[in-house]
Amino acid sequence: MPEWLINLLITLAKIAVVHGVLLTCVAYTVYLERKVSAFMQDRIGPNRVGPFGLLQPLVDVVKLLMKEDIVPVNANRFVHSLAPIISILVALSTIAVVPFGNTINIAGRDIQLQIADVNVGVLYFLALSSLGVYGVTLSGWSSNNKYSLLGGLRSSAQMISYELAMGLAVLAIVLMNGSLELDTIVKNQAGWHWNVILQPVGFIIFITAALAETNRHPFDFAEAEQELVAGYHTEYSSMKFALFFLAEYANVIVMSAVITTLYCGGWQFPFVHSMGLSPTLISILQVLAFCAKTFFWVFFFVWIRWTIPRFRYDQLMNLGWKVFIPLGIVNLVVTGLVLLLMKH
Amino acid sequence: MAIVKKKDLTILEQTYLPQVVKGLGQTFKQMFKPKFTRQYPEERWVSPPSFRGRPVLVEEQGKERCVACGLCSRVCPALAIEVQAGETELEKERYPEKFEINMLRCIYCGFCEEVCPEEAIVMSDEFELVFNNQPEAIYGKDKLLFPKERVQKRLDFLKENR
Repeated sequence: MPEWLINLLITLAKIAVVHGVLLTCVAYTVYLERKVSAFMQDRIGPNRVGPFGLLQPLVDVVKLLMKEDIVPVNANRFVHSLAPIISILVALSTIAVVPFGNTINIAGRDIQLQIADVNVGVLYFLALSSLGVYGVTLSGWSSNNKYSLLGGLRSSAQMISYELAMGLAVLAIVLMNGSLELDTIVKNQAGWHWNVILQPVGFIIFITAALAETNRHPFDFAEAEQELVAGYHTEYSSMKFALFFLAEYANVIVMSAVITTLYCGGWQFPFVHSMGLSPTLISILQVLAFCAKTFFWVFFFVWIRWTIPRFRYDQLMNLGWKVFIPLGIVNLVVTGLVLLLMKH
Repeated sequence: MAIVKKKDLTILEQTYLPQVVKGLGQTFKQMFKPKFTRQYPEERWVSPPSFRGRPVLVEEQGKERCVACGLCSRVCPALAIEVQAGETELEKERYPEKFEINMLRCIYCGFCEEVCPEEAIVMSDEFELVFNNQPEAIYGKDKLLFPKERVQKRLDFLKENR
């Protein structure tokens, strides 16, 4: 077999596995969300379909597929159909640069556990996460509904404001590592040199911006139920609605994976090398460590949703422009200064 | 009255972070508390005797107690009850030929029970009413007659509290 074909097959296999796992996890994140919210409110949550209601996500998907797909009369049909595709596409593409394990060796071939090892991984992630706003804004505009439009507008304003803060927080990390490669950033966090300890302020900015970027509570202005019916997806039904839903939860998982990668050491498993295990076992443990950390952040996203009430819109804007961006700049300057002093 | 002076928030409080962490702790603790959910169709609620379910006619020895005086029909604020009296050979001389309650109109106020001189109409413990169309919602004597034993709890309660 020619070399390029083998590489192609390996990449395709990685894409299939990662997206298979991601989409399954998305379905079960919905389940997790429902269960956790129920538990926090002294309820039981879904428990009728299958043991502990574990088949609930499947049943929901079947239900959504069988529903009628309705497009409003005056909607722009093309954009109306395009918007959910953009949303899900962006959500699924971002995972491509996230390294989920160390390089492993199978049959004399080094395989990197990352779909695409691009040397501008951070940039790619920031670019795609800002593309996500198109899905929301276009759906809001094309539905020809005032609530949808307001949701879309709010979402675009919010995403632009928080992108800056997020970029500034990430920039401090890039400064420390001297690289835009996510793999390098992970490798530099070996042991306990996690960026969450080295960059606590940047971490808080990033987490908050991540909540705002994924349109999750307490920043879910794009779909604020009490004010905007359902916001940008008011006029969506059937599988198009399901795509938005999928995109939201896929975004949560991807964002959790990115938080893990940038701040919590990615696949690094502290002290694993001093335990004297075989290389295969170490690789498996590292992938599991990555999954566990990501799971924690997914849980955190759900947790914070059922803890903190929604902000007011002006509070959100104040927080973004007047607090997080100056804070991000200060954080960046201080990081730079410290690095400069350490050099001398 | 004491004067409450509003303290300015400290810098730490202004970041809201301690409060957010406290809130997260609260919700996390809440997850392990006992649940309030009742698994409804399997696990049913037992109503106390003071509960006002749908009104029923008390049936004694195969005959209704009702003497068709029409007071319940008069007092009903929702005009749900219709009574048509007829004559009978029994001691009470009158009985309801037709006794209908429109369950779509009934508001479960219990005035009919209160006004009844014979304790013939009482509020039962039934509250799960199902019908598919409006004619079905008009309950005639077939559905309203309840043997005395089934509403004994309510009758005892009324004796004590009226």
